[in-house]
Amino acid sequence: MFTDQVKKQLEDIVGEKNVAASNASKLAYSYDATPQFQSLPDAVVSPKTTQEIVEIMKICNKHKIPIVPRGSGTNLSAGTTPIDGGIVLLFKHMNNILEIDENNLTITTQPGVNTLQLITEVEKLGLFYPPDPSSMKISQIGGNINENSGGLRGLKYGVTRDYVMGLEVVLPNGDIIRTGGKLAKDVAGYDLTRLFVGSEGTLGIVTEITLKLLPLPETKKTMLALYEDLHAAAQTVSKILSNRIIPTTLEFLDQPTLKVVEDFSNIGLPTDVKAVLLIEQDGDSQSVDRDIHKMAEICRENQAVQVDVAKSPEEAEALTTARRSALSALARLKPTTILEDATVPRSEIANMVEAISQIAEKYEVDICTFGHAGDGNLHPTCLTDVRDSEEIHRVEKAFEEIFEKAVELGGTITGEHGVGAMKADYLHLKLGEAGIDAMKNIKKAFDPNNIMNPGKIFAKNSPKRVVVSQS
Amino acid sequence: MNTKEKERIQHDFKEKMDYDELLNCMRCGFCLPSCPTYIESDYDEVHSPRGRIALMKGVVDGVIEPDEDVKQSLDMCLGCRACEPVCPAGVNYGHLLEQARDIIYQNKELPKHVKVIRNVAFKGLFPYQNRMIGVTSLLGFYQRSGVQQLTRKSGIMKLFPDSLRTMEKVLPEVPKRKEMKNRPRYYKPIQQKKKKVAFFSGCLMDTMFLSTNNATAKLLQYAGCEIVVPQNQGCCGALHGHSGEKDQAKELAKRNIKAFEKAEVDYIITNAGGCGAFLVDYKHLLKDEEEWKERAEHLSMKIKDISKILVELDFHKKPLKLDQQIITYQDSCHLKNGQKTFMEPRQLLEAIQGASYVEMKDASRCCGSAGIYNLVEPEMSMQILDYKMEKTKETKAKTVVTANPGCLLQMKLGIEREGLSEEVEAVHIVDLLLKAYEEANL
Ligand SMILES: Cc1cc2nc3c(=O)[nH]c(=O)nc-3n(C[C@H](O)[C@H](O)[C@H](O)COP(=O)(O)OP(=O)(O)OC[C@H]3O[C@@H](n4cnc5c(N)ncnc54)[C@H](O)[C@@H]3O)c2cc1C
Ligand code: SF4
Ligand code: SF4
Repeated sequence: MFTDQVKKQLEDIVGEKNVAASNASKLAYSYDATPQFQSLPDAVVSPKTTQEIVEIMKICNKHKIPIVPRGSGTNLSAGTTPIDGGIVLLFKHMNNILEIDENNLTITTQPGVNTLQLITEVEKLGLFYPPDPSSMKISQIGGNINENSGGLRGLKYGVTRDYVMGLEVVLPNGDIIRTGGKLAKDVAGYDLTRLFVGSEGTLGIVTEITLKLLPLPETKKTMLALYEDLHAAAQTVSKILSNRIIPTTLEFLDQPTLKVVEDFSNIGLPTDVKAVLLIEQDGDSQSVDRDIHKMAEICRENQAVQVDVAKSPEEAEALTTARRSALSALARLKPTTILEDATVPRSEIANMVEAISQIAEKYEVDICTFGHAGDGNLHPTCLTDVRDSEEIHRVEKAFEEIFEKAVELGGTITGEHGVGAMKADYLHLKLGEAGIDAMKNIKKAFDPNNIMNPGKIFAKNSPKRVVVSQS
Repeated sequence: MNTKEKERIQHDFKEKMDYDELLNCMRCGFCLPSCPTYIESDYDEVHSPRGRIALMKGVVDGVIEPDEDVKQSLDMCLGCRACEPVCPAGVNYGHLLEQARDIIYQNKELPKHVKVIRNVAFKGLFPYQNRMIGVTSLLGFYQRSGVQQLTRKSGIMKLFPDSLRTMEKVLPEVPKRKEMKNRPRYYKPIQQKKKKVAFFSGCLMDTMFLSTNNATAKLLQYAGCEIVVPQNQGCCGALHGHSGEKDQAKELAKRNIKAFEKAEVDYIITNAGGCGAFLVDYKHLLKDEEEWKERAEHLSMKIKDISKILVELDFHKKPLKLDQQIITYQDSCHLKNGQKTFMEPRQLLEAIQGASYVEMKDASRCCGSAGIYNLVEPEMSMQILDYKMEKTKETKAKTVVTANPGCLLQMKLGIEREGLSEEVEAVHIVDLLLKAYEEANL
């Protein structure tokens, strides 16, 4: 339990001004970007060093106080809502890049470094860190690691997991472990690095990270293909891939999404077509030209009504930046925006897009769809109003059917946003009871007192079928 | 805050806050990197736009009480609205802030001296132009009579906080009472007439900064405008609106609407970013008053900043010339975020021969002036100003151009604090442009 005595002990460790417990502070850290979830912590604690975190862990472990590590709170799975109270742990003082190693092509950083800042710093040296979640202007690298975030470049370059080489982690008992390192090869025992990536703060606290870097591609081109038919756009995605071209980016946006994105960004996106594909290729200029040319051809063969290549890097940047605003821009249309993250094998994209529009129609709900079509990761986004409980009920039903369809097509319930509290009730769809049990045993081994971000990933009760857990 | 106050505030939050707008925030955090108070508070969510919206919603939902910490979070906001243009969800943060502050200030018992100051400023002074003239004249008397020298020597100013003391030094030399009293009401175009405009002369601008107002009229004449300055106009009410005195702001708005309605003009020209944005916002301020709604919209539509009309009338294509120097520009938050005018001032400055324009980093980040913010939150204000001065110095500029009286004084204050008054000068864009025009053409 969080008592005054515990608070005092925490203050002794991190200093008084780094333990905030006013009502305003508690409220400001009671939510993240996930709608409908909110819960107050007992305090907000901002350590400065790994050693301070060790001390904090020991105290919380002893008193069984939940610890909710929080990056920038942009996750979409209620991964940082303190549902059982306890402390929210911030990394705002641990925001330094420690080393960029140009010989080994690695970067070592503290968890609180902002993702965009990291990308900018390495690019200054002609190096490249590909994972670029749309939230990168705000998100922290520690948050990315724990959600295993993907981004617009995921199709060609993979996701955060593919770049994490080594971690320093503080375990709930206060032990510090180091996994992996700058080594390209390492098979000493279980791959703990991978275990921590995507663990959503439920196993330990990541305090240092070593990431792999690539050489910065020589050049990059961006184009937009416009469609009058949703299905044709989705079809094009598989056609491009089956033609053995792997573009850097292959994003899908439907008409309502286009409209709001244009409304915000004002860059002249077409709003009168049914769908667009945003396609990007990077590499040496010759192969980029060749691929772009070939892909434009494929788009046209598959009923694209227009294909435009961005004329300048600025124009290209404007397009991708606009795409990154899609989710937030959709919030213009209705009070509540519920975004999902269903993912299917790439070849099933067209079927999934089709299924989503049918399901939306069946339940009479507004669902806009955009997403990383190239890697099968779609974001059907429902525009609704939390105050209309009857409609919310239909929304839940619709999403449930969408998840079932995704799994049926060989997909999963989340491609990049994680399970958190939001999707805990659906995990069994993907893993089955045995899979969940195996994971629970791992969790117990690391965190016997269940202090690390409790209530996330695993459903509290036996699986139930309704999503909503109101604040 | 006592229980009664909290109850009243909570009640009014439930009744009056725009809940749809609160729900529009989807908590994505895109606004965080643009918020000066978030950055300067060491990334404290309580002092971020996302956090403030959550606090407002928390009060409406009854999750928290509106206590001192909530009030402090809202007080700490500069109202610079840098969070608005970057919000993909299009949340009208400025309106939410205005509503929340109004509710808190109308229901809270303020300490006596604060109440006196607020009453004098908001109710006794700003609404009355003749009193503004009176007070400014006093200041003029103070400056001219030697009292200023005396007080400075006597050390009496030591009793005031640091920033206020420096502020006293940077106040412009004010015009004589007679000049302020006899402001002309009509100006003929100097060259061929292109537009007929009305000039919003403002309260502070028409007293302490009268010379800038005169320069504005001249520029407009040179650009080909016929100008009327309607008699019964007055303070725009921005200060009131932003400080939780909404009713008073509405009264002032109505007076201005009436004053300008009679003038049949193409545009109403402003030269103060803060006033301009608030005039544009009259349509929101009066949206619930049937009789005024349309009239307010009509006025809002006509508001145009001086730099915008100058570019529209190709003033930047006329010869403009200054001594060789580097010029940089400090955006007025409300001109940029409220009126979306930020290209035009730069276009004009870049057109000046002899001078070279250098953009400062984060030019659109607030300078920390923000109405009376620098007086009520001096610490945060000075922290924000320090950052600004750092970026100003990096440009090596001799001239820092601003487009709002508050920013102008704040930048002067920054220059004085840095001990740079020999090398750097802060000016209003209008004064600089007039000088550049006269240098090249007269
Ligand atoms: C508009 C928008 C667009 C988005 N686009 C994408 C996208 O394209 N791709 C994508 O994958 N996601 C996306 N997301 C989701 C989200 O931004 C990512 O999951 C991001 O990685 C979260 O980073 P964060 O710093 O905000 O972490 P948080 O949300 O604060 O935390 C995420 C998880 O990590 C844990 N955690 C954080 N730091 C640590 C640490 N040091 N040690 C242990 N655990 C820790 C938390 O407990 C939590 O479980 C988007 C979100 C928004 C709002
Ligand atoms: S950017 Fe807009 S929607 Fe996003 S958190 Fe800020 S105010 Fe809310
Ligand atoms: S108005 Fe300015 S200070 Fe206030 S929340 Fe927005 S960006 Fe921050």
